[in-house]
Amino acid sequence: MPKLIKGVGCPYCGSSCDDIEVLVSDDETRILEVHNACIIGTNLFHHANDPTRPRLPRQRQPDGSVKEIPYEEAIDYFAKTLLAAKKPLIYGFGSTNCEGMSAVGRIAEKAGAVLDNCATICHGPSFLAMFDNGYPSCTLGEAKNRADVVVFWGCNPMHAHPRHTSRYSIFPRGYFTQKGQMQRTVLCVDPRETDTAKLADHHLMLDQSHDYELFDAFRTVLRGFDIPEVVAGIPREKIKEAAEIMKKAKFCMIFFGMGCTHTDGRNHNIDAAISLTRDLNEHTKCSIMAMRGHYNIAGPGQVWSWQFGFPYCIDLTKGSHAHMNPGETSSIDLAMRDEVDCFVNVGTDAGAHFPIQAVQHLKKHPWITVDPNFCMASEIADLHIPVRIAGVDEPGVVYRMDNVPIQFRAVIKGLPGVPSDEELFDMVYERMCELTNTAPIWLAAKEDRKYPQNPAVI
Amino acid sequence: MATVTLKPTKVPELMFEGYSITPDAFAGKTAAQIAALPGHEGKIQVTIGDFFEVSGNGGETAADTDIVIAGDCSRVKYIGSKMTAGTVTVNGNADMYVGGWMKGGKIHIKGNMDSFCGIQMQGGELICDGDAKNHVGCAYRGDWRGMKGGTIRIKGSAGNDIGTFMLGGTIIIEKDAFIHVSTHAEGGTVIIKGDVEGRVGGQMVKGDMYVLGKIKFMMPGFQKVDTVEKEVDGVTMKLDHYIGDLGERHGKSKGQVVYANLYLKAAA
Repeated sequence: MPKLIKGVGCPYCGSSCDDIEVLVSDDETRILEVHNACIIGTNLFHHANDPTRPRLPRQRQPDGSVKEIPYEEAIDYFAKTLLAAKKPLIYGFGSTNCEGMSAVGRIAEKAGAVLDNCATICHGPSFLAMFDNGYPSCTLGEAKNRADVVVFWGCNPMHAHPRHTSRYSIFPRGYFTQKGQMQRTVLCVDPRETDTAKLADHHLMLDQSHDYELFDAFRTVLRGFDIPEVVAGIPREKIKEAAEIMKKAKFCMIFFGMGCTHTDGRNHNIDAAISLTRDLNEHTKCSIMAMRGHYNIAGPGQVWSWQFGFPYCIDLTKGSHAHMNPGETSSIDLAMRDEVDCFVNVGTDAGAHFPIQAVQHLKKHPWITVDPNFCMASEIADLHIPVRIAGVDEPGVVYRMDNVPIQFRAVIKGLPGVPSDEELFDMVYERMCELTNTAPIWLAAKEDRKYPQNPAVI
Repeated sequence: MATVTLKPTKVPELMFEGYSITPDAFAGKTAAQIAALPGHEGKIQVTIGDFFEVSGNGGETAADTDIVIAGDCSRVKYIGSKMTAGTVTVNGNADMYVGGWMKGGKIHIKGNMDSFCGIQMQGGELICDGDAKNHVGCAYRGDWRGMKGGTIRIKGSAGNDIGTFMLGGTIIIEKDAFIHVSTHAEGGTVIIKGDVEGRVGGQMVKGDMYVLGKIKFMMPGFQKVDTVEKEVDGVTMKLDHYIGDLGERHGKSKGQVVYANLYLKAAA
């Protein structure tokens, strides 16, 4: 008799929908049906059924071929490579749980590595703006229940966060927004006519890379000064009209995405957006939120800020303190400047997402990929270690884009013999402690630890 | 005055973090002691002697110590960072953080510099004969107290983020700059003798900027008030005076709102 599991979290985008229902086979090894999720989330669950999923680590041989090796050997190679490197870079964590991120922190500290996550090519600039200017944000629940003016700036949720608009931002009927979409005015600021722009009541089609000027124009108008006739390709009247809509809102919600964080100015665009939010709060209630990409990409920011004091680009090479300065300690810059001599890719695909030159630099040195599936990063790696899929066959805590923690559950049993990220990293950490003859302090402090199995290392 | 000469002998595989290459660290030390001063290459602690041949002893104090690096330092970070006195001359390029957090003395880079030069600078003089990359005289991430004093003179061009969160001091770029000049600044002077792409003085509260070339994209929050005659780096010229950033908060002095000033060279 198949079982219907309710209240399942979806391990796809930053919306982290937690209303998914999954029908699984009675032996809990196969996913039969997925309800409520978007097409991408549905496929993500079904993907776990793939019989060709890797079950053993695969190591590249001197002749270029790939050979399956036992986990013990892979863990030994992983530990020795990290210890031998002068400055390893551990990058990824867009799609894994917080337990894995915490476990990798122990490895990074032991290895004197640079710890970075996908934010470095995504919402990293938002962090820098938050450091500089604060973050007047709220939860998605507030956006759903209160927001009557929603601004999508440089983001396209219709494609990137398919259920965002129906669960939180445009369509849902909330406590103070009982008429749903009828009650909401949607503004979209985007140089392209995206599907979100088509849905919006007002589309401000600005010139690409001129977001900062447009933010400044809004702020200048809000303070009662005049602006030039055209700013960033948008006529003055249109800007004034949009500013008036935001000002007259009961609750204005600004969502921003890659269009702000990765066009010219980067963190300054977000900085200006935060200043605009602050200014709008002189007139009404306004809040701002980053459209985080992956279901738990807010997780490393939370976990590592707690562990090391910084959310990303954490240089732990000194052993005594963490140093963070994107531009210097960010993955792409480290790669392009040949500043690292070992690369570990976890739960993301640097092979697909990094500039080709960065990948070429990184490929000069050992490359280890930890990923449940085959991807470009696994195919060019010297060692590919498969793990369980967080949110599908491995439970864990994830942080939604509004930094709300959600406990995700496993819906099926994991592949036999395949560890979770956390278990794998704990085993690597234990092996590193063995090799360096040190006590695994952090591991010993873990009450619910699954490893080490070897009591001699405690 | 005592001169210590460092001759590069080996290019670091990664980057050499030469945070000990300052007159303050060299003062009162012999050549052998200087060669044993620490640095980092990744997680490995190395010494200055691993990458340089050291000749000459340091002076008694930092002010009596001149450092000459006879060669390229493209892969050496933190040259002259946190120095308080003395001089450092590099006959070649230098990597990041040249003169970062420096309080006094003089640094002369004869080649190009990478990013973050003069970050959080408080005093002294930093001269570069070539180009600088991004974040010249800016603040460290999240710090609202940027450059406080001293002078940075770049004879070539610079990238973006010049004088972010600046509070005082002077930055002179003799050629062009890209974007973000004096963003969030609350003081200080930036002079750019070439052209700027845009975003000059965004979110700026107080301070002065001089652009002698053209600004391709003007910030909408700046408004022209008058034309003035002023001396800029020793030359008197006619300048259009703009105030801004009108979208940002501004304090008052003697009942008058104090804006940031942008002086743009007037058309002849």
